Amino acid sequence: MHRLYVLPTLIINAVIIAIPALLTVVLAFFEWDGVSSPVFVGFDNFRALWDDGVFWTALTNNIIWTLIFLTIPIAMGLLAATMLLVARRGSSFFQMVYFLPIVIATAITGRVWQGMIYSPVTGIAGLMQRAGFDVVNPLTHTSTALYGIATVDLWHWWGFLCVIFFAALRQVPAEQVEAARVEGATFLQTIRYVLLPGIKPTITLMMIMTVIWSFLVFDFVYILTQGGPAFSSEVLSTFAYRSAFYDLAVGKAAAISVVISLFGLLATVFYIRAQAKEFDQ
Amino acid sequence: MRLSESRITYTIVYATLGILLFITLLPIALMVLNSLKASSEIVQNPLAWPSRLRWDNFANAWRDANFARTLLNSAVLTAMTIVLVCTTGSLTAYVLARRKIKAWKILTFYLLASTTAPIQLFLFPLYFGFARLGLINNPIAVAFIYTAVYSPFAIMLLRTYFLAVPKELEEAALIDGATHWQVFRRVFLPIVSPGIMTIALIIGLYSWNEFLIATTFLQGQDRLTAVVSFFLLSGQYSSDWGEIMAAALIIVLPIVILFVLLQRRFIEGMAGGSVKG
Repeated sequence: MHRLYVLPTLIINAVIIAIPALLTVVLAFFEWDGVSSPVFVGFDNFRALWDDGVFWTALTNNIIWTLIFLTIPIAMGLLAATMLLVARRGSSFFQMVYFLPIVIATAITGRVWQGMIYSPVTGIAGLMQRAGFDVVNPLTHTSTALYGIATVDLWHWWGFLCVIFFAALRQVPAEQVEAARVEGATFLQTIRYVLLPGIKPTITLMMIMTVIWSFLVFDFVYILTQGGPAFSSEVLSTFAYRSAFYDLAVGKAAAISVVISLFGLLATVFYIRAQAKEFDQ
Repeated sequence: MRLSESRITYTIVYATLGILLFITLLPIALMVLNSLKASSEIVQNPLAWPSRLRWDNFANAWRDANFARTLLNSAVLTAMTIVLVCTTGSLTAYVLARRKIKAWKILTFYLLASTTAPIQLFLFPLYFGFARLGLINNPIAVAFIYTAVYSPFAIMLLRTYFLAVPKELEEAALIDGATHWQVFRRVFLPIVSPGIMTIALIIGLYSWNEFLIATTFLQGQDRLTAVVSFFLLSGQYSSDWGEIMAAALIIVLPIVILFVLLQRRFIEGMAGGSVKG
């Protein structure tokens, strides 16, 4: 009888996720405006994407995004986490503050940065302009918009990594560290040869998650620039959203979603493999 | 673990941690500071102290973002999601943690995979399907979407709490003639209740802050969540930034207070599963 206990979860999952996900894959081969009946068009949606400059911009932006988030926040998180390990006093306070941005709603974080920091009228950027510095609002230039958004997401995200790395570092056996110290390893050597290898599984997992999340990124792009100016900060998820709800090209949106999912799937295979060991117990 | 270092190392460490602290707190400080300023003062200098504390920013924000209504919408939606995730999730986690059947392993991997599924993979058919069924602007429908999206994560975390319950307790209860339901209700639930509390807290945070699904499925003026209402208010070009920051603070403050009080649970819950010894 206890088998029935999983039914509510399964039914909700099937209705909301599994069946619509299958429909998305099917819709990718149709032309549909969301109202009239869909028309089968074969691979036309994918062919149209191939010839669409915005699609390539979006895909490139996702890849740039992945590279940024694989390096900067992970490095920042590791740096701060090892320093928290040294700074015994106050470490829980620092940890709490670093974690704070992630509990603030993305819409709010986005607007605070937009209005209070980037804005040439009401923000710090404007203040510096009036003081004679050559500062511009990164969100309004095609060459910098993506990086302006990434900075906001970075601010929102790195502390989470720091807390995770700090927790992992504290689980590295103390004897290993002390043995290294006794043998005369310097602080940096201890980090390089004892602590980092000790938390390698956690770092790997976070890197896999970063790849997955980088292809899902939506909120900050949609809130800060809606993919603009001139599609320069478009990512695949905002591109799909705009196609579906503004252009009513649902088939095209579905095709983009399939592309996002393929990238996600690749990373998910690694993710499941990394997690699988834990589930064999 | 002891990493005692020289004075110079300590100086560098605290200086770096201090700089990171400043970077983290600056935008938050700007939000708090400017929520109390007139918009003309913000234009002059967003860093300056207000010449007069403008508490009426909060009254204006409350009115313009229709918070009396939208905060209630958010609270109801969040509460429904918490109840749905905790009930369905704990039932599933119990089975997955306790029963060794091949099918459960497949289910576990399926749930694991769906924690990483992009929302766009199911969003569009779901939206147009719900539109046909008249479920747009329906908070109950959105609570079910949240439940589907957050359940896999919740189940994975809850599963570890269920795994920690000693087998002997369950066996003893079964020998005494208890049914599986009684074992679940009377033996497991009391022991894993701290885990369920953590899940409730994290799921509550996620639903309260959620943007993409809320902005897509709840568009009627009287159905908006607080976050979406804030987003629309702050998107107008004529906006008064003092008022916008006050609105932001109204939404953020309860969360931050809860976070500071219960930070261990928050951190444990959100980082849960990511850290492996």
